[in-house]
Amino acid sequence: MTGTPSSPTGVFKRSKDTPSSFLLLLYQERKEAVLKPRGPTRPISFSSHERTKNPNQKLSIVLAGGDCVRMARYDRAITVFSPDGHLFQVEYALEAVRKGNAAVGVRGTDTVVLGVEKKSTPKLQDSRSVRKIAKLDDHIALACAGLKADARVLINRARVECQSHRLTVEDAVTVEYITRYIAGLQQKYTQSGGVRPFGLSTLIVGFDPHTEKPALYQTDPSGTFSAWKANATGRNSNSMREFLEKNYKETSGKETIKLAIRALLEVVESGGKNIEIAVMTQKDGLRELEEAEIDEYVAEIEAEKAAAEAAKKGAAKET
Amino acid sequence: MECVIGVVGRDFAVVAADTSAVQSILVHKTDEDKVMVLDSHKLMGASGEPGDRVQFTEYIQKNLHLYQFRNTIPLSTAATANFTRGELATALRKNPYMVNVILAGYDNDVGASLYYIDYIATLHKIEKGAFGYGSYFCLSLMDKLYRPDMTKEEAVDLVDKCIKEIRLRLVVAPQNFVIKIVDKDGAKEYARREYISDSPPDAAPVSEA
Repeated sequence: MTGTPSSPTGVFKRSKDTPSSFLLLLYQERKEAVLKPRGPTRPISFSSHERTKNPNQKLSIVLAGGDCVRMARYDRAITVFSPDGHLFQVEYALEAVRKGNAAVGVRGTDTVVLGVEKKSTPKLQDSRSVRKIAKLDDHIALACAGLKADARVLINRARVECQSHRLTVEDAVTVEYITRYIAGLQQKYTQSGGVRPFGLSTLIVGFDPHTEKPALYQTDPSGTFSAWKANATGRNSNSMREFLEKNYKETSGKETIKLAIRALLEVVESGGKNIEIAVMTQKDGLRELEEAEIDEYVAEIEAEKAAAEAAKKGAAKET
Repeated sequence: MECVIGVVGRDFAVVAADTSAVQSILVHKTDEDKVMVLDSHKLMGASGEPGDRVQFTEYIQKNLHLYQFRNTIPLSTAATANFTRGELATALRKNPYMVNVILAGYDNDVGASLYYIDYIATLHKIEKGAFGYGSYFCLSLMDKLYRPDMTKEEAVDLVDKCIKEIRLRLVVAPQNFVIKIVDKDGAKEYARREYISDSPPDAAPVSEA
């Protein structure tokens, strides 16, 4: 099936002469695209982040594992080492993350929760078109902080990889697998010619299809990833993480949701319209909470906080 | 030798296929499910080269799921049919899939629809259709007995008559069939029609028809 042309947007095919772990993604190709075997000077238009203006132009993207794509004209690396061993582009990308929306993820015993700060939507904007928490597969969800346009590209690739994995091995991806894939993609862009790193950190939650255990992972622009019990990224992530470190304990169900909301409320204005929460359970998959539901939780949390304050004051009076 | 039959009613569609997996003179198994559930409201009954059949139907299914994840809404039946046809057409002049497909689906706005897609990428929207040698017997039966306002039971009865004719008149006829229905509540298996089974002799008796 090498180089068969014209698939509708974003379908994937297995190529005959690449190993089964490689994937071909063909966008709107009118002319025949013959994908030659790997060579150092093979020019591919690796315009992976932008659509060409001419829809008839060939546009093929090869997702290769561990291979560096070089373009004839754009061979110059942008992410290079500094004298003291830093990759400044990656660090600048982390700055972009620090400026992005706050996002938090909490892992419970039977639930994982993702929360994202929703900046005030302009009056004329349809807020439903700005979804911050993306579903990658039935059992995996992702929230991110940073450049949202980069997020779209990454999420798209991850979705394709989830289906491709199901097609080739007849099994759903594990959370760790897809995290490793996304992190690998982020790393590739720190070591390729003519491209810049993705400016986003992701929080990936899900349930392993076999062990049925919940999992939470985080990736960042450098391409590192690790598993967490609870984590935060984006604006004021340090304060959220401190809060989580102080208040984390093994929770389940509603308690997990409340912990996530409490962490977000540390840095976000109170209220359902400033927070987006998604809850994933083994049975029901991903569920976005309605604004009313979030308001309920917020009210509960504030009541608990007030009660704790009163108790403290009462105790202080007695001493 | 492989037969796939499709019939559409007012708000449901039925796809039936034989369940034999045959290679030359050997029957590998008699319970091979050839009607794939593409998503919640679509069925794809396929016949043809076994490797191609599985590869192609799974490929369509995964692309359907990818579309749904990307766009949060599922692809309509008509769009799915055209996508399937497009894939067959693209591969046709290089590396054809030898797979014939009957696609049935239910959409809320359109109701139930049935599509006939053969291995050289012919696409027809139909009320009733069949593939394989069985089609020689089934098509005329359906011409005689089909009515557009059939109920589910009547449609399944029509399919049963087709199955009986295939068993009776086709020389190396498949004995066992699976019947699946898609309606507003989703796509699911309706029944199996088994004459012969390769389960052990002291297993529970199978439903006969």
